Amino acid sequence: MNLSIAQTGPQKRIVLLVEDVWKSYDDGAIAVLKGVDFEAAEGQTVALCGPSGCGKSTLLHLFGGLDSPDRGRVSVNGTEVNRHRNLLRLLRHEVGFVFQLHNLIPDLTLAENCLIPTVAAGIDHRTAQERLHELAERTGLTDRLGHRIQKLSGGERQRTALCRALMNKPKILLADEPTGSLDEHTSGAVFELLLDIVATEGVTLVMATHDRALAARCDRLLEMHDGRIHERVSA
Amino acid sequence: MIFLKLIVTNLRRHRIRSFISVAGIAFSVAAMLTVVTILQGAIGMFSGILSSDSEIIVFERNVSDLFFSNVPAAAVAEIAAWPMVSHADPVLFGIVSSTDHPIITCFGVTAADARIRKAAWIAGDRLAFAKNADDVVLGERAAEFLGAKLDDHVPIGHGVFHVIGILKTANGFEDGGVFMPLSSAQSFFHKEGASSVITIKLRNKDDAASFKSKVKAAFPNLIGLEDAEFTRSYSQFRILKATAWAVGGCGLLLGGLGVANTMIMSVFTRIREVAILRVCGFSNTQIAAMIFGESAVVSLLGALLGVLIGTCLLLALKLVPALHGYVDVAIQPVVMLIVILLALLTGIAGALYPAFYAMRIRAVEALRFE
Repeated sequence: MNLSIAQTGPQKRIVLLVEDVWKSYDDGAIAVLKGVDFEAAEGQTVALCGPSGCGKSTLLHLFGGLDSPDRGRVSVNGTEVNRHRNLLRLLRHEVGFVFQLHNLIPDLTLAENCLIPTVAAGIDHRTAQERLHELAERTGLTDRLGHRIQKLSGGERQRTALCRALMNKPKILLADEPTGSLDEHTSGAVFELLLDIVATEGVTLVMATHDRALAARCDRLLEMHDGRIHERVSA
Repeated sequence: MIFLKLIVTNLRRHRIRSFISVAGIAFSVAAMLTVVTILQGAIGMFSGILSSDSEIIVFERNVSDLFFSNVPAAAVAEIAAWPMVSHADPVLFGIVSSTDHPIITCFGVTAADARIRKAAWIAGDRLAFAKNADDVVLGERAAEFLGAKLDDHVPIGHGVFHVIGILKTANGFEDGGVFMPLSSAQSFFHKEGASSVITIKLRNKDDAASFKSKVKAAFPNLIGLEDAEFTRSYSQFRILKATAWAVGGCGLLLGGLGVANTMIMSVFTRIREVAILRVCGFSNTQIAAMIFGESAVVSLLGALLGVLIGTCLLLALKLVPALHGYVDVAIQPVVMLIVILLALLTGIAGALYPAFYAMRIRAVEALRFE
């Protein structure tokens, strides 16, 4: 077992804990994760690097409760996420997802897309609107709130996806190649924004990326291959 | 608001498909409404014939159809003499045919019958009724389709009759019918000394229960029913009503299958969208509510459009001269409510499998391949 322990410091609370997680597909024919142990502290930014197919996305899905491990345990804020009854609360309040493709609903406006998590969580309209405007201002999207997704640029779409992920003030932001579909310039800008927001909001960021330059700017850089987290690199 | 928009968005996204589903429900609702309303109207008219200036009908017990009922003249005479009875009118129903008109309802009545006494006579004199055996009075529509005028001789069934009057009545069956003197009708239909029913008017309506008991005691082969009671229990009416609802129900079932097809396609084409909603925290209930909501919108729009089409159709049918008086456009609110509710239920039933399918979509599988 290759254990990767972060230097979180004594004052930091562990918000994400992964213990001996195994995951395979095709009835065990394709073993993706082979006993991963991992923890992330509150407010920490963690980059997961590694070749395609090494299990980065799978790991993020397990963190967010979208998938279940074959073995092992994933806990967010001390609550095991593999149990169905915890799943909704996890997705509504504890974690937010940003994907490589923005995964926005094209027929809705930017504002409506961002408000979807608040509808799911039953957050009242006024609170949701205040949060929307707060995030829109931070991401420079205030003027675009009423626009449909088709009218937005790639960078704006990804910023919208970021707003949506942060609407319900999650403790952890799980980003799967968040800048992977953007050009270098836009990618840099979006990543700057991402770091700025997670720092301001005190959110823990776990990001899968191929971009080592961006990864190097995170608090921790973890290398994944052969189904394990092999090395720890402090940025 | 956003939840509603998620529902409507998908309908707007596939406008043609949504329209076809709405149209399917609409035509089903229109068909059900039209068939049920026409039959309810027909039943109402037939009940109207029986309840003309009377509140109780007496007929032969256990007959499947009033046309087969035989009430002896002696019973008519005895019942008419009971103190609680204001008047008792024997009526003999028969079906005759003439050239080009295979079904003409024939009423054998006495001159004292309310249908003759209280009708609006367009031509002829009511006092002349039943003076001669071959005299007949025609309803206005019957006169029209038989091409008969006052004093004409018209072939009806195996005889030729002298038209001594033409009546106008709001009842379609009566308006398209032939009124004969009771004795002539008995002879014509080979039911000498008998009538089909006796319509009874009591001096005091509160005596209805004791009247019925007295009929049962005095004439075990006869039964007396109040008009509303008769309408509810008469097997022919029940069969007609059941048929109408069954035909309409089949139409609605087809409409429901259309909704089911639309909803399945709707879910299949947005698996990824459902996955996104799941990632955003939508529960199974919320996902299902979205699917059911979509089908409810389709069903409701279809039901409203169907009511509109059905009403227009009934109005159009009312304008057809041959159907004058037969089609009653007075749609009963309860029928409309039932039809709309059935449409909604059908739509919701059609969304059951799609909702179940959507609830089983796993976000991780739908999102894995970007």
